[in-house]
Amino acid sequence: MKFGVLINEGPYQHQASDSAYKFIEAAIAEGHEIYRVFFYHDGVNNGTRLATPPQDDRHIPNRWTELAEKHNLDLVLCVAAAQRRGMVDQGEMERNKKDANNIADKFRISGLGQLIEAGIQADRMITFGD
Amino acid sequence: MLHTINKSPFEKDSLTTCLRYAQKGASILFIEDAVYACTKGTQFEKDIHDHQGDIKFYVLGPDLEARGLDNSNLTTNIEIVDYKGFVKLVADNEKTQNWL
Repeated sequence: MKFGVLINEGPYQHQASDSAYKFIEAAIAEGHEIYRVFFYHDGVNNGTRLATPPQDDRHIPNRWTELAEKHNLDLVLCVAAAQRRGMVDQGEMERNKKDANNIADKFRISGLGQLIEAGIQADRMITFGD
Repeated sequence: MLHTINKSPFEKDSLTTCLRYAQKGASILFIEDAVYACTKGTQFEKDIHDHQGDIKFYVLGPDLEARGLDNSNLTTNIEIVDYKGFVKLVADNEKTQNWL
């Protein structure tokens, strides 16, 4: 079965990002496919490569990148939410004339259409957030 | 239909709202801080019992454990599931409503 996952909450805020991660791990272990993980609102902050949490804490952005590398996940940040919060990839950096980018590996920035498409293509859609 | 609730009923009224909308045959899964909803001796115990004829209640075990709770703290007829069980609930129900 194909699952679409929507994450609306930033890392280290409450528990949504952790719950989503554990859910996706379990879904993959059960043989399901993750069609897309869409990060919306404060959820886009999951995609920064500049985070440095304490060494004895989980590294949430790196954990997403590693899971995506292992299972070829499509991790998408909403472009409007990303722009508001200063989440920038190379293309957005050039387009908006910024002096840096900060997106982690395996994340990409795209539009809300990607969420709608996931809702159409996936068999199940599940939301984690505040 | 599966409903998930992730906030304590002492913080938000999502459990009350969910119970108002959930239909016969639905399942409700408590995750994150919502696990407090199905502990014994709270003001919400009666609400849950009143709906148990129509609705099946589940709680995410790892989130219970993370809060120092276990089966002995729960009100009656609540099934504890792990993440594998969570995935199965989503797969088994055609639609999921996540009350946030």
